[in-house]
Amino acid sequence: MTNDTEQRGLPAALVTEFEELVAHYPERRAALIPALHRCQEELGGWLAPETLEACAEFFELEPVEVFGVASFYPMFHLRPVGKHVVGVCHNISCMLRGAEDVLAKACEVTGCERPGATSEDGAFTVLRVECQGTCTNAPMFDLDGTYHENLTLDDVERILGGAR
Amino acid sequence: MSYPTYLLDRTGLEDSHTLDVYRAAGGYTALKTILSGGHSPAQVIDMVKDSGLRGRGGAGFPTGLKWSFMPDPSKDPRERYLAVNADESEPGTCKDRILMQEDPHGLIEGILIACYAMRVRTAYVYVRGEFRLPYDRVAAAIEEARAAGLIGEKIMGSAFSCDIWMHKGAGAYICGEETGLMESLEGKRGHPRPKPPFPAGAGLWGQPTTVNNVETLFNAPFIVNRGADWYKSMGTAKSPGNVLVGISGHVEKPGVYEVPLGTSAKEILEDFAGGIWKGRKLKAWYPGGSSTGLLPASMIDLAMDHDSLKEAGSMLGTGAMVMLDDTACAVESMAVISRFYDHESCGQCSQCREGTQWLHQIFERIEAGDGRMEDIDLLSSLAHGMAPGKTICALADAAAIPTHAIVKHFRVELEEHVRLGGCPMKRTSERETVGAMGTRA
Ligand SMILES: Cc1cc2nc3c(=O)[nH]c(=O)nc-3n(C[C@H](O)[C@H](O)[C@H](O)COP(=O)(O)O)c2cc1C
Ligand code: SF4
Ligand code: FES
Repeated sequence: MTNDTEQRGLPAALVTEFEELVAHYPERRAALIPALHRCQEELGGWLAPETLEACAEFFELEPVEVFGVASFYPMFHLRPVGKHVVGVCHNISCMLRGAEDVLAKACEVTGCERPGATSEDGAFTVLRVECQGTCTNAPMFDLDGTYHENLTLDDVERILGGAR
Repeated sequence: MSYPTYLLDRTGLEDSHTLDVYRAAGGYTALKTILSGGHSPAQVIDMVKDSGLRGRGGAGFPTGLKWSFMPDPSKDPRERYLAVNADESEPGTCKDRILMQEDPHGLIEGILIACYAMRVRTAYVYVRGEFRLPYDRVAAAIEEARAAGLIGEKIMGSAFSCDIWMHKGAGAYICGEETGLMESLEGKRGHPRPKPPFPAGAGLWGQPTTVNNVETLFNAPFIVNRGADWYKSMGTAKSPGNVLVGISGHVEKPGVYEVPLGTSAKEILEDFAGGIWKGRKLKAWYPGGSSTGLLPASMIDLAMDHDSLKEAGSMLGTGAMVMLDDTACAVESMAVISRFYDHESCGQCSQCREGTQWLHQIFERIEAGDGRMEDIDLLSSLAHGMAPGKTICALADAAAIPTHAIVKHFRVELEEHVRLGGCPMKRTSERETVGAMGTRA
């Protein structure tokens, strides 16, 4: 631990990025949620306790405060997830066009026991998610941040089978 | 049906998201007119007032009036903000996404006009976290505009300076509610704030703030370019202009279509969406997203505008029509929708926290065949206990309105579920029941 950056436990590149981000707002903590996104993207796909603590230090907040924010938002994972995260929309427009079948198929193809679970090989986590704002292209899932729309069960098999 | 369009006209152009294409299509001329001395801020507000533009975020509030609530900077010199609501998470709704993705400069010009009119120099675009491509497109367009001197200091050589920053949310529906959005933008949990104070007096960081929906702002450059009279020539007297209507569910051609406000829902279903799929018949429809009351097929002649739908006991909401065919179950649809509100309630108000959970459990048990006849009246009385105006924000209303509607229009179907001890319709598939959703946010 030779410098500030390392003590904070955040990679220097992220610290630089966050310093730029906070300049957009009159208060530092406004950049917290965008920063948590970047941490999740760069630091293993989830927000480990050490990551939250490091963010607390950077944003000059109590760790419990940062935990409170992170736990409020469904996009943040507070436990490890699979290498690929599949979010299947189960809301009304998707349900009407077979979301539950998509969900079942997604679990089957990935080897996830049920929605919310991670496959034994750690390759996939399948989640139920709420409306993703693409209801006219239902049913859909989000695979690692990319939408796949107008799905048939064959698509599910092909896309998720190919991702492993 | 033939009528003038404007909202989606540019989206068909190749590379419609770029500055060059936007400029070639006449983009940034409204801003230029204003900044070269064409209109004072007060004149822009008057023009928008006169156009009759109403917010497209769900509540239909008159936009010019909202802008005029911002205090006069000569009397109140505090910093002031515009928050652009790009949270788009009302189930059934997917219109703002298209504008952001395909025509981001149109949004940016709208933002700049709004900022000029309200003398705001900092705007934030709050985009739901899942919208990766729309976010990237708007962010790239902001960079292009900044490089071209359209954002930043002394825009187009005028005295007007304005910055626009992107801000990513993280998947909570309640952050679409304007005060929840402001809390979230400040880096907190998205807990809505009691009103008053209203955002124009004390919004972001306690400063004067206006929150507007993406599609609302997108209308502004057209109004400036073509005038209030042109705008009023479209739509109805009380709901002028065109609107983006999304139609999803059991139709042949789901999609987002541009129509004049006041177009009949039947026309949208038949002429645009190609009718109900698989040769089936319409059973029921949500006219404007999951927060609006489910209506029976017999009401499909209704006009899609604020007042017509309000009179019919529903709402235009976000103009997101969700269609159910005659094999679908009205109760199952409410089981899904009430599960959503249960999951998304922020938990601050007991009526909403408890009410949404109860509604969800009751709809689930009626659908599963474990309902009792008394449950139907219990649904009504719970919904009465939640709204209107009994909670900090309108999420409780959003759960109560469709509940009242299903009891009113589909009571027989609810009773049938109880009598038969199960769903009389064929299930599309098995659903997980209450409690399987995991913990509340
Ligand atoms: C629970 C809830 C969720 C909302 N979600 C959104 C949303 O996702 N997008 C939006 O523009 N407005 C949403 N609104 C409406 C906003 O509170 C606000 O009225 C709107 O952004 C104002 O913009 P407008 O006047 O331009 O329509 C929501 C309201 C409630 C009560
Ligand atoms: S009405 Fe519901 S969502 Fe709105 S503040 Fe109260 S508990 Fe939260
Ligand atoms: S309901 Fe699935 S994307 Fe909207």
